[in-house]
Amino acid sequence: MRDLICIVCPRGCHLTVENGKVTGNFCKRGIQYGLQEATNPVRMVTSTVAIHDGLIARLPVVTSQSIPKSMMFEVIREIQTIEVVAPITIGTIIIENVLNTGTNIIATRTVERRSS
Amino acid sequence: MKHVDLVIIGGGSAGLAAAIKAYDEGIQSILVLEKEKYLGGILLQCIHNGFGLTTFQEELTGPEYAHRYVEEVLKRPIDIKLETMVMEITPDKQVHYSNELEGYIIVQAGAIICATGCSERTRGAINIPGHRPAGIITAGLAQKYINIDGFHVGKRVFILGSGDIGLIMARRLRFEGVEVLGVAELMPYSNGLNRNLVQCLYDFNIPLFLHHTIKDIIGQTRIEKIVVGEVDDDFQFIPGTEKEFEIDALLLSVGLIPSNPILEKLGIALHPRTKGPWVDEQLQTEIPGIFACGNSLHVHDLVDFVSLEGEKAGVSASKYLKTELLTGTMISLKAGYGIGYVLPQRVHQNSLGPIQISYRVIKPYQNVTVLVRQGNCVVKKIRKPFLFPAEMEQISFSLSQLETDEEVWVEVQDA
Repeated sequence: MRDLICIVCPRGCHLTVENGKVTGNFCKRGIQYGLQEATNPVRMVTSTVAIHDGLIARLPVVTSQSIPKSMMFEVIREIQTIEVVAPITIGTIIIENVLNTGTNIIATRTVERRSS
Repeated sequence: MKHVDLVIIGGGSAGLAAAIKAYDEGIQSILVLEKEKYLGGILLQCIHNGFGLTTFQEELTGPEYAHRYVEEVLKRPIDIKLETMVMEITPDKQVHYSNELEGYIIVQAGAIICATGCSERTRGAINIPGHRPAGIITAGLAQKYINIDGFHVGKRVFILGSGDIGLIMARRLRFEGVEVLGVAELMPYSNGLNRNLVQCLYDFNIPLFLHHTIKDIIGQTRIEKIVVGEVDDDFQFIPGTEKEFEIDALLLSVGLIPSNPILEKLGIALHPRTKGPWVDEQLQTEIPGIFACGNSLHVHDLVDFVSLEGEKAGVSASKYLKTELLTGTMISLKAGYGIGYVLPQRVHQNSLGPIQISYRVIKPYQNVTVLVRQGNCVVKKIRKPFLFPAEMEQISFSLSQLETDEEVWVEVQDA
């Protein structure tokens, strides 16, 4: 049995998922959310990587799609090992197929080179 | 003196949307003044995703959302000055600004849009007792340090206030290997969006202490310890509920206040609840030709609504420059029972089309009716299964339903 709070809308129904059945939901969207969260919860992950010679010190990144929630910290650790050099354009793949998840880590900002 | 049709103060989400829209409405000489080194405003430090669901029907990160607007601005011959501070504006719409390249410049504007954003409430604003050591910073500043500048704020952190930035930072700190000992919220309910509670606190087993606040801060040079206590319904500490946390940083996420130093200097009165200027349905302030939008007008919880408001200000400024803006008798809009504020605060009697009112409730409600009425005449009524202070709501009504020019009230009707 799993107790969850539905995040589909601001109402925040308290869901219970038991044997593939969702209860406590106000609307049917809660069923889908409850089942997904109970069986295969996924999250988008965002973080930053170090960028050298850039106008700013950190390059923000995001997973190109959701990854299993259980892998969040592993993916974060992979991201933390990376260092890049400016310039970097928004959308650039920073890590390809991170930890064989089929997901890329991509830059979410263009960082220009610092004129020194 | 140089003349510019439209000066926009602030190159964040509101200002950029206003610039694009005003240009597309035919205003050719537009000047955007931005104090930072880059356009995009606070979105650039909000690296998490979830922005743009309304505008783009997809979930973007803050920098990506900003990028879309910056790209559009750069496609147009809009003049942009970065690292530029506006010192003051005058009632006849002269704009005094200064930067390293040009020095101190005065331009004559045809119209001005203020899109100066908001700032965070600080420890001084909420009177936390105790020592005054280092290590106490606002959540948004910590966000900038970590996400843009690459500095850490501490190794063991506690967060006061359950505003969205505090919740987002709890997760961000956990990802950076920082221990987050808890979040305390004075109110008996969270001030953040539900989705952030779940994905930023519950996902990481970070405790949320509702109806709790800080009783004492201990530390001579650096913060060492805080004492958190539960409060009763009158917000008085309940003896025996104290909990101690050994920390090296305390983040404050205790609310945002519209930042309007330029309008204040001009002598424009700020609304006691929104802390932004009074505006009509065209987002025009009490001075004709000066408009306000975005978080400096009232604090929003979704950037999509900031952009929409910016666009509306852009349209209005262009109408003003073409002398098409509505003038004449106005009807007051008032926040009634259960409503914290309504915006706009007044509408022109001859306004066509539906009037959209943004509002916030003062406390959570369930299964209530929100109504718009003039005297005893109800002109709009909607059922709401639930309402939260953390969520800005909107309701629209048509002026053609009004019989007089008396004030119009928006109120909650429970049961």
